[in-house]
This record gives sequence, C-alpha cells and structure tokens, in this order.
Amino acid sequence: MTACLEIAGLSATLANGVRVLRDVSLTVEPGEVRALVGESGAGKSMIGKAVLGVLPPSVRTAAGHILLEGTDLGTLSPKARRTLIGAKTALIPQDPLTALNPSRRIGPQMTDRLVKILGWGGQQADQRIRQLLDEVQIRDPARVVASYPHELSGGMRQRVLIAAAFAAEPRLIIADEPTTALDVTVQKQTLKLIAAMQRERGTAILFVTHDLGVVAKISQRVSVLYAGRVVEEADTAALFAAPRHAYTRALMQATPRYTDPAASLKPVDEKVLAELALEVATADREWETPHG
Amino acid sequence: MAEARITVRHFNARLWLSGAWLLIALLAAVFAPLVAPQDPLAQDLMLERLPPFWLPGAEPGYFLGTDSLGRDLLSRLIYGGRIAFIVAFVAASAACLAGSALGLVAGYFGGWADRIVSRIVDIWMAFPPVLFAILLIAVFGTGLGSVIVAIAVIDWTRFCRVVRAEAMAQARMDYVESARIAGFSRAGIMLREVLPNVLPSIVALLSLEMGIAVIVEAILSFVNLSISTDDPTWGSIIAEGRLSIHQAWWVLVFPLIALFLTVLSFSQFGEGLKARLDPVLR
Repeated sequence: MTACLEIAGLSATLANGVRVLRDVSLTVEPGEVRALVGESGAGKSMIGKAVLGVLPPSVRTAAGHILLEGTDLGTLSPKARRTLIGAKTALIPQDPLTALNPSRRIGPQMTDRLVKILGWGGQQADQRIRQLLDEVQIRDPARVVASYPHELSGGMRQRVLIAAAFAAEPRLIIADEPTTALDVTVQKQTLKLIAAMQRERGTAILFVTHDLGVVAKISQRVSVLYAGRVVEEADTAALFAAPRHAYTRALMQATPRYTDPAASLKPVDEKVLAELALEVATADREWETPHG
Repeated sequence: MAEARITVRHFNARLWLSGAWLLIALLAAVFAPLVAPQDPLAQDLMLERLPPFWLPGAEPGYFLGTDSLGRDLLSRLIYGGRIAFIVAFVAASAACLAGSALGLVAGYFGGWADRIVSRIVDIWMAFPPVLFAILLIAVFGTGLGSVIVAIAVIDWTRFCRVVRAEAMAQARMDYVESARIAGFSRAGIMLREVLPNVLPSIVALLSLEMGIAVIVEAILSFVNLSISTDDPTWGSIIAEGRLSIHQAWWVLVFPLIALFLTVLSFSQFGEGLKARLDPVLR
C-alpha cells in the first residue's frame, strides 16, 4: 500500500546556508496518526510547511522528496502541486487567532474552500459546514456561521478550524501544535475531538507537538526531532516503554508529572546535548562532502 | 438564539456632525443654480462691500454680504463648493485607486514588486509637493483637469505607503497561509482575503485625502494656478478677500470657514467610517 505521506531525505537551508532540516525521512500510513515531537526550534513546523508547500521564502529545500499518496511533489508544475496539496491535505494551525480572517464571516470563509476544492455549489457547501460545526460540538451553527472570528472564544475558533480542516475530506491533515494556544481544560476536549473525527474518517494525521503527554494520547507512531534531525522513530507504546535515544529519555524526564512535580522537571542533560551536537556536526560534514 | 447579544449603539457625534456638514455642502454645490440666491458673477457697484446680515447696512438677499465688485458672497461660496467637491472626489479617488493598487501588490507580493514600488515612492516623496504641483500645472496648463491630475499624481504615494504596510502585515497572517494551502491563487487571496482587512484604512485615507485635495485646490486657486479666474473657487475668493481685509473682512473669513469645516469634516468622517467598517472595532 502506498504511504499517505512519504518524506525521503529532506534537507532544507536558510538563505545564509544554515541547515534547518537534516536528511529527514518519515512516512505516514493511511489512517495513521504520526506524532512529530521535539523542542521549539527543532524544525517540526518546517516539515509541515514543506509538505504543504508554504515554506517561508527564506527557507530552501536543498535535497529530498515529498510524496503525497505516491506522487512526488517535486515533479509537478507549481499549479498542479497547489491543486494536489489543496485536494489531499489540510492544516489545523496553532494559533486560532490569526488563522481566521478577521474581516470575513465564518460561513463564507469555510464554504469558499469547499467550492474551490470540491467544486460544490454555495448551498451544498453551506449545509456541509453546518453539519461539521454541529459535529465539532458547536451549539448554534447558524449563529457561528454568521459571526466574525473575534465574536467567538479561542476554543470555539479552534473547533471551527478543526471542522474546516476536515471539511473537504482530505487524506492527510497536518496538525501544527493545535492545542498549544489553548488552556488546559480546552486542550483535552480538543484533542479528543480531533481523535474522534480522525477515527471516523480514517484521515491520516501528522501531529506536530512538543508535548509528550499529547503524543501518548493521540498517536500510534512517533518521530523525535532534534535540530532538524530525526533522532528516534518508534511505535508510541514502545517509545514510552523503552526510549532508545538518550535525547528521548531526557525529554521524557523533562515532562512534568503530577505525582512528583519537583523531581520530574529536569532540564535536558548537557552531556546528552553535547553528544547530539556532535552527531549533528558529523551528519552535516557527511552531507557537505559530495557538494564539495 | 441561544445567547442574547448585547449591542451598545452609541451616537457617534464625530461621524454624524461631519457627515451632516458634508451633505449640506454637497447638496448646495450640486443644486447651486437652485440654491444660490444671486448670480455669483453678477457685479453691481451700487452694492459693493455689503456686510453680512447681522451688521448695520446689510441688504436682504445678500446673506453673507458682497465683495468689492458687489458680487454676492454666499452665492460665490456655493458655486465655489462645486469646484471643491469635484476636485475632492475625482482627484482623491484617482490617487486612491492608483496608490492602493500599487501598495497592495507591493505589500502582499513583496520581493521585486515591493522593491520597485518602494523606490518609486521614495523618489516621489522627495519632491516638495506644492512645487511639484506648480510644475505639473505649468506643464499641463491651468484648468480643472490639470488640477485633478496634479493632485492625483502627487498624492498617490500617501495611499501606497499605508496600504503597503498593512498588506504586508496581513500577508504574514496564518489565514493567508491556509488560503494558499487550499490552493487559491495569490491574486485571488490578495483581493478576497487581504483587501477586506485593508479597506477600512483605505476608506479613512480616501476621506482624509478629499480634504487635502480641497486644500490643495484652494492653494492653487490662491496663487491663480487653478481654473480660470471667472469661476469662483474658495481659493480665489480668499485671494480676493485678502486684498480688502480692512474694508470687508467677511470676504476672507467666510470662505476660510467653509474650507476649514469641509476639510475637518472629511478627516473626521473618514475616521468615523473606519471604526464603522472594521468588524473588530465596531
């Protein structure tokens, strides 16, 4: 079976030559939730942006392939790539504040994607949107459709964005820290909601997060990213039972636990970081050699 | 409806007062032949320098008095308003269209488009505006069309700079990115997603620019570079009034008041409209 998403040897650099992604390979199977975990600045969101074709202009992909259901995005014309990405993928963004257009009502914002991607008529799209809003437990869809984003709470906005992401039945959703901007009580509900909608539809999700607790709850497999490099890849259960890489172990120790908050808040060991830096430097040398 | 929505409707004095003055002035200008009590060009040396109605020696029918040639001041102001409003609407709209379009493209697309537009704006703004206007009039010749062209050619940069900065800020927002992911074209996103967010500022600026256009036209009339001297304009009435300030102060003061109220109203009306149009501020 072709993977829903296959990233092979993806490297990216800034304009000044600094590498932000180092030979990243990962696959997301159809219907799977794959977590991508790492500290801030590790390049987690970059991977998502690369897949969605919205890397900032300062970042260049230097090597590697991204295959969406078997189609290499690099071989397509820009227009064909946009169309394919639009049809097959969607994003659940991190910040529900800026991800909705402040001067447009929710309804038209959501429907014009359905009209564009699925070629639906306005009325059909409108009905679908109301169904979806109902599904994400928004009590009064008719009111929300006619609202401006600032009239909704943060949690509501995030649910609107989740509904929007699932609306056009994408094969793959990139969830870029979708719960980070929410407060803890809303986080849990939101996570449950994403998991439920994912299970029902069999949508594959690449779930980007820095929170190992979230990883344990939602994903089947996980890739651990450090400095733009995948340092460990495992089934989620196996990773939590026996983390192989020193960085993963350190990351787990740095996760707060309610039972013993004082003991659990350990920063990542400096020895581990030194080893990682060496690993990264070695990889960079290897990478640079063939380029002269 | 599950929750009752509380809307506080407060009387927006700024919007309504400025709007009222603009409406009155505009209607008077449009219907000048019906409204004006006298022929604005009719001279009558028997009636020269009549004072306004509350002073001794005033004549009925000459509400704001007459100038040194015996022409009715109120009628001249009303006819002068025609020129002022034509210049305000046409010149400001032209400057707005050109400047906003370039600013939107530069701010949203960035890169080369932005560099080219920004350099042109920098160079443009290095010219002193009034001298630039006089130069342009010297090239095109005097007349209403030239005044309008001169104002549009000079003032488009005002729109360009503001719209560029705002479009740039909007282009970085996540909603623009998610529209990209959905597969919308860049031009489509610019018009459908970015433009509505910039529009309140454009409207405010357009109204402000109308006020500025009225001033610029008055300045050009004052130095006799606007339209032919026969047709009264506020600037030319002010210029004439200046000569007889000691004998008939009203010829200078009333056009100044009309100018002041109109310019102030345009800027206040724009600010009021901006607050009305912005869904977050509303």
